[in-house]
Amino acid sequence: MSYHNSKFYHGLRVILVISMGWITHAEAAGTGKDILDTQCLSCHAISQKTPQTLKELWERKGPDLSSAGIKYKSEWLTLWLQNPTRIRSAGMFYGNHIKLGKKLDEVDQSSLVKHPQLSSEDAKQVTEVLMTLKQNQALVTAGDYKPGRISMTMGDMMFDKFKGCLACHQIEPGYGGISGSEMYTAANRLQEDYLISFMRNPQAWEPKSIMQNKNLKEIDLQKLVHYLRALAKENVK
Amino acid sequence: MKSSTFMLIFSSLLLILVTDVGAETGKDNYKTYCVQCHGLEGNGKGINVADMSTQPRDHTDAKEMSARTDQELFKVIKDGGQSITKSVLMPPWSSTFSDEEIEDLVKYLHQLCKC
Repeated sequence: MSYHNSKFYHGLRVILVISMGWITHAEAAGTGKDILDTQCLSCHAISQKTPQTLKELWERKGPDLSSAGIKYKSEWLTLWLQNPTRIRSAGMFYGNHIKLGKKLDEVDQSSLVKHPQLSSEDAKQVTEVLMTLKQNQALVTAGDYKPGRISMTMGDMMFDKFKGCLACHQIEPGYGGISGSEMYTAANRLQEDYLISFMRNPQAWEPKSIMQNKNLKEIDLQKLVHYLRALAKENVK
Repeated sequence: MKSSTFMLIFSSLLLILVTDVGAETGKDNYKTYCVQCHGLEGNGKGINVADMSTQPRDHTDAKEMSARTDQELFKVIKDGGQSITKSVLMPPWSSTFSDEEIEDLVKYLHQLCKC
């Protein structure tokens, strides 16, 4: 084989290897999209508008994923899809899952549905597709959150006594309100810049959100995220 | 006579159409946002209450509810418990409800307490 021939075959081999890699990648993305389209869309919206009326809010079965790429942390998403746990003790909209109890209203456990569990490979591929969805990107400013610290004592006081967030959110398993999502895993699940944006104006994200706009000062938004990060470290889940 | 009856029906229909755009009823807003703390029966026994340092108001308690003016009820819903020196656990709902929706909620509270 001449020098020129061997160079030609080497070049061909390189092109083949690159093309195969590209095809495998494209197939993976295709599979992730297929799983999303066939298994997720009966409960999650990926392109529709978030609930604009109470009726739409009541009917929603899972969080909107149209901004998943600017909301969730991809490492957490991949792990959670393989081992999904309940993030809202009373379901997506608590009103659909409660009943009268002996002392207080109770969660009707029989009404709650388990989230499907994905294989490791499927979870990676779905995550890859979800991280490309960034519908509300204009609401998030990269670098809005400036890492810092707050003592747990001050954080606890702020979350409960000063701002009243404990009314709807748990800060450890079994302690706090349950209509909102659990807060001890929030910083593992959610991007810090999203947390700042959502707490600053929940209605910009979801007009009918059950989370109120508490008109928090910028400094308090930062402190609350410091606190959520500290909580997540304490409650590794 | 016939013409005035027609006008009355027409105006009523128009009123229903106009008020229906965007605004939710007091009952539906209560069921969505208030029941989590004030309970399915409005008696202050919601699913969030177990660890609260201050118990939510029992809206079926006619004596307690009669002690509040409509202006106070409107203010506490709009600006939260702290605005009337009550608990911070009652949040401000000014970004959730329009003033008209808050007025409807106040009316609904009167239905709950029968007062």
